Amino acid sequence: MARALINVPSKAKRGDVVEIKTLMSHPMETGFRTGSDGALVPRNIISRFACTYNGEVVFSAELFPAISANPFISFTTVATESGTLVFSWTDDKGQTQVQTAAITVE
Amino acid sequence: MNGTPGPSLLTRRQALATAAGGLVLVVARPARATPEAMQDVIRTFTGGAKVTEGRVKLDVTLLVENGNSVPLSVSVDSPMTAADHVVRIGVFNEKNPLPDVAIFNLTPRCGRATAATRIRLNDTQMITAIAQMKDGSFWSDTSEVIVTLPACVEG
Amino acid sequence: MGGRASAFLLVGFAALGLGLASLSAQTADAPPSDRKSGFDYMGPDSQAMQKDDLSNPGMLGVLDGEAMWNAPAGTTQKSCAACHGDARESMKGVAAKYPLLDEATKTPIDLVGRIDQCRVDRQQAAALPREGRESLALTAFVGLQSRGMPLAPPDDARLTPFRKAGEALYTRRMGQLNFSCAQCHDDNAGGHLGSAPIPQAHPTGYPIYRLEWQSLGSLQRRLRNCMVGTRAEPFAYGSPEFINLELYLNWRARGMEVETPGVRP
Repeated sequence: MARALINVPSKAKRGDVVEIKTLMSHPMETGFRTGSDGALVPRNIISRFACTYNGEVVFSAELFPAISANPFISFTTVATESGTLVFSWTDDKGQTQVQTAAITVE
Repeated sequence: MNGTPGPSLLTRRQALATAAGGLVLVVARPARATPEAMQDVIRTFTGGAKVTEGRVKLDVTLLVENGNSVPLSVSVDSPMTAADHVVRIGVFNEKNPLPDVAIFNLTPRCGRATAATRIRLNDTQMITAIAQMKDGSFWSDTSEVIVTLPACVEG
Repeated sequence: MGGRASAFLLVGFAALGLGLASLSAQTADAPPSDRKSGFDYMGPDSQAMQKDDLSNPGMLGVLDGEAMWNAPAGTTQKSCAACHGDARESMKGVAAKYPLLDEATKTPIDLVGRIDQCRVDRQQAAALPREGRESLALTAFVGLQSRGMPLAPPDDARLTPFRKAGEALYTRRMGQLNFSCAQCHDDNAGGHLGSAPIPQAHPTGYPIYRLEWQSLGSLQRRLRNCMVGTRAEPFAYGSPEFINLELYLNWRARGMEVETPGVRP
């Protein structure tokens, strides 16, 4: 399974804007690179990223081959209530990796 | 000056100078997108609407050490309320194989209109970020990035 | 005649961003206070990427390595942890000592070689291909347990001839461009090759996440890149030449802080 590093503060005050950082293990193969055999390496990228907070999408992104290998994405969200953030990365073939993080809002 | 290299060695030194220059140049990759291609995708993104410079701040280092991973962040001056917020931010480039970089879709629940990622840049070029507001207006910022090449890469 | 020769030499070295000082300067250990890690030569963006574990892509490899550490392997179905326990304790400072003398063969062995020895002899598993994702992940995880500690190559007299052989390689001109390691990394460290700074070549962060590779890679891969740069035939992975060079480089950098997994451009 691909690895991901996610930084979500475990605790936050209600109404605080918290910064979220995500790093996903993926080659982000552009489709423009030739392999050692001289043939083009087929494109294989994560083309969509989304974050839901207790079921509601708070942030999403469409990614292109110009995004670096092991894509790093950071954004902010308002700490509204305790619950779960679900992060999903979907590749060209429609396969999705999911990671979750819990947040306690006081 | 004793031991001065003879003419044949001079030729070799010249050859070395050329070879050493090539050492840096051979890693350049072909570019396919053009500034016109970038304008085309921007038109698609905006639907042809007017784009005004301002409100957007594109933060990317002027001089980067390796075009494979260029930290980029973008923020927009917006209250991020239900009535007035950034809907999406598109990032575009003019010299990569493709003009698109990323599109960030934001919601009022983001709290702040900001996003960051790391991008690939084929060459020294202009990067443009365009934000679409809830009211349908478009705002932009553009930044030049100089990409330097790393030393001693795989042959 | 002499003037023309100098002019051509100048053109040759200027193309590499090197000064003529390289012709006369001597190779020597830099005093500890003058030693600089490759980290110090990087721009603030790359430094920030290394400093924050949640930004450092090398940490993705460390996570893989940690999973491998705890996973049963080979016909014995024993994990690394089954013998060595918690790596945070048992592997503390271990990577900082390698390469060291293998008592069985009386030759130096690097960390990758030792891990493979453990896999083959104790776990009865296949050796991990050098430079493969798994080998890099496990060495990154073991290497991390020495982070912040000084590089501590053993002061073992039996290693001296191998280290001397490594030093000889370091100072020997090679390749079509006819450069030694020392000409760039001792004589011209702090200068530039094209626009890239020339570091002092201290192996403090390996395996590193090199932005150019877009992945983790070992010191040997980096040395191979240097050799390609001078148009020399690179030594093979795991060759005695590379292990001797690593012995010398670690000795030269002894006392410097381990940064594994480092980030480099």
